[in-house]
Amino acid sequence: MDREEFEQIGQKRREADAAVEYHINVCTSSGCVASGSAAVKESLEAEVKARDLKHKCRVNGVGCLGLCGSGPILSIQPEDALYQKVKPQDSAEIVDHLGQGPVERIELKQDNAFFQQQQRVVLANAGKLDPEDIESAMAHGAYRALYKVTTEEMYPTDVVREITQSGLRGRGGAGYPTGLKWATVAKMDEGLKYIVCNGDEGDPGAFMDRSIMESDPHRILEGMAIAAYAVGASEGYIYIRAEYGLGIQRLKKAIRQAEKMGCLGKNIFDSPFSFSVQLRLGAGAFVCGEETALIASIEGQRGNPRPRPPYPAMSGLWGHSTLINNVETFANIAPIILNGSEWFSSMGTEKSAGTKVFALSGKVNRVGLIEVPMGISLREIIEEIGGGIPDGHAFKAVQTGGPSGGCIPEEHLDTPVDYESLRALGSIMGSGGMVVMDDTSSMVSVARYFMEFCMDESCGKCIPCRVGTAQMYELLTRFVNKEATEADLTLLEELCEMVSQTSLCGLGQSAPNPVMSTLRYFREEYLERITPAHEPA
Amino acid sequence: MVRPIEVAPPSDDKRWRIVNATMRRYGYKPQALIETLHAVQESFGFLDDESLSFVARRLNVPMSKAYGVATFYHFFSLKPPAKHNCVVCLGTACYIKGSDQMVKALSEAHDIEEGEITPDGEFALLSAHCVGACGLAPVAVVDGEIVSGLTPENIVKIVGERVSDGS
Repeated sequence: MDREEFEQIGQKRREADAAVEYHINVCTSSGCVASGSAAVKESLEAEVKARDLKHKCRVNGVGCLGLCGSGPILSIQPEDALYQKVKPQDSAEIVDHLGQGPVERIELKQDNAFFQQQQRVVLANAGKLDPEDIESAMAHGAYRALYKVTTEEMYPTDVVREITQSGLRGRGGAGYPTGLKWATVAKMDEGLKYIVCNGDEGDPGAFMDRSIMESDPHRILEGMAIAAYAVGASEGYIYIRAEYGLGIQRLKKAIRQAEKMGCLGKNIFDSPFSFSVQLRLGAGAFVCGEETALIASIEGQRGNPRPRPPYPAMSGLWGHSTLINNVETFANIAPIILNGSEWFSSMGTEKSAGTKVFALSGKVNRVGLIEVPMGISLREIIEEIGGGIPDGHAFKAVQTGGPSGGCIPEEHLDTPVDYESLRALGSIMGSGGMVVMDDTSSMVSVARYFMEFCMDESCGKCIPCRVGTAQMYELLTRFVNKEATEADLTLLEELCEMVSQTSLCGLGQSAPNPVMSTLRYFREEYLERITPAHEPA
Repeated sequence: MVRPIEVAPPSDDKRWRIVNATMRRYGYKPQALIETLHAVQESFGFLDDESLSFVARRLNVPMSKAYGVATFYHFFSLKPPAKHNCVVCLGTACYIKGSDQMVKALSEAHDIEEGEITPDGEFALLSAHCVGACGLAPVAVVDGEIVSGLTPENIVKIVGERVSDGS
């Protein structure tokens, strides 16, 4: 396929789109579907059909528009107006107002920080393109970066160098430099290599990857294909939670369409490079987010992690060199290739380049999916983008990193969001869950909540995690019931240290984080719950 | 290459064809175990000894391994599903907004603990660690549909209507 032919596909679609005066883009991601967006879309389509406006106005299903708490959301193009909490019976009014200014009753104003302070790279096309139509994706630039690397003088080593120089770090939580990972796999002897996309988003309070998979699936496929080209792999797997039905369906469709279009499969764009992608469904095991457990699960086994080294880069799927990156990491690749590493590293901070997608939820006025440059402060995210705490309550803590992270109190709200700063506070960046808690939340209960989660999800292979989490859960229950003693507190602290130092994988090593961070910042809540020991008679 | 072992399905139920097709797609390799169990559960609603034994023999994996995998993953169920079910999300955002109260209310209304099925097999009360709809917290999934804006009172009512309509 030559350049012109390739560009034609997107160009044709852009022209076809431009020929229609108005586009009504209805969010069809999980959040809005749950609020009833399917009925809204149907009713709008019926309205347009009944008025015979088909040549003038089109109703499209698009990906996530961000403010999930106000769904169903839709946008009117080219006016760029947003409507919130739309009901099917609003259809007539919406169509009436096309070209005459928005329906004020349901308009979602964009003059606030939620819309102004975001910087969208990963989500740049979410809410604009139809995730079930590859031509729509290509009209928005999909596969352009893959075309560039496979057909135009970009050698695999150039690609690895570009990613390394961009400063991109793993978005799954730990923040390992992506370029370094790619370089390790690229250096391995030639032969069968695999690319794995980790879409086993298991953290409670996180739905970023789900949204990316549902809103812009081709972006992920393109990132994986570029990675495969760079490291010399020919097969890839996307490991996705079985619970993410809509994501599975859209990825399947995207793979089929991409193969048909020649963007995946044999001899991509008529180049010598071939790459195919398969889906593998998770089955509800949080530990499978750990890379060695994930590999075991793809191989059809119990998701037990194993000691590293050897790292998957050396010995992964069926013993072959394997590159594993998170969904959001892959979604960052295409823009880096197109715009260059300097453009990417100019965003964010020196050590944490680029942007990060967060799932902002809990006790905050505006809940939803946001993408912000690294280095923004927690305060800006919560008070400005999130619009503060509802119902006159006071902010108490923000939880980042899920069960592997910690609770950050008010006095550290001005901390910049980057990998190192959050770690210094005893939390982690994590995959991007950010749950805000107000003064009604008990930190001891929250700590116990996460410990219960880790106890349930411990795979049982190593003793510190299997037994330690259960023991810590028991101790925390005593605190919750106000039956704890001084000795319990000492024991709890000892166990935290022991489990984090001696567990086999990340799940166990980080399981004590919620306890340790709440002990650090909210110690008085633990002390309040200690009953003085009875003096022996 | 090992020749696939010919094993007849437990019955002539047509749903076994879907299961067989899944195994065939992966060349009856042991690595197809999880995908095949997904196919069984999707077709029959749960995994019983008969289906596990069939899949294990067909894919040439020990029964112990098939059982080990089936019990390791939360998604697989070894018990027949109830007619109606409600999965209360206990993810962080839902938890902060009081989802444990929904579990308690439902548990009292139907006199079963979380994870149990009513004796008549009509209703199962389940929980999930996160259904990924944090923007709508607190949420529950009632018979596969996400329901948001919950209070202990309205979830009992919503579930009650489903269970009592007899469908």
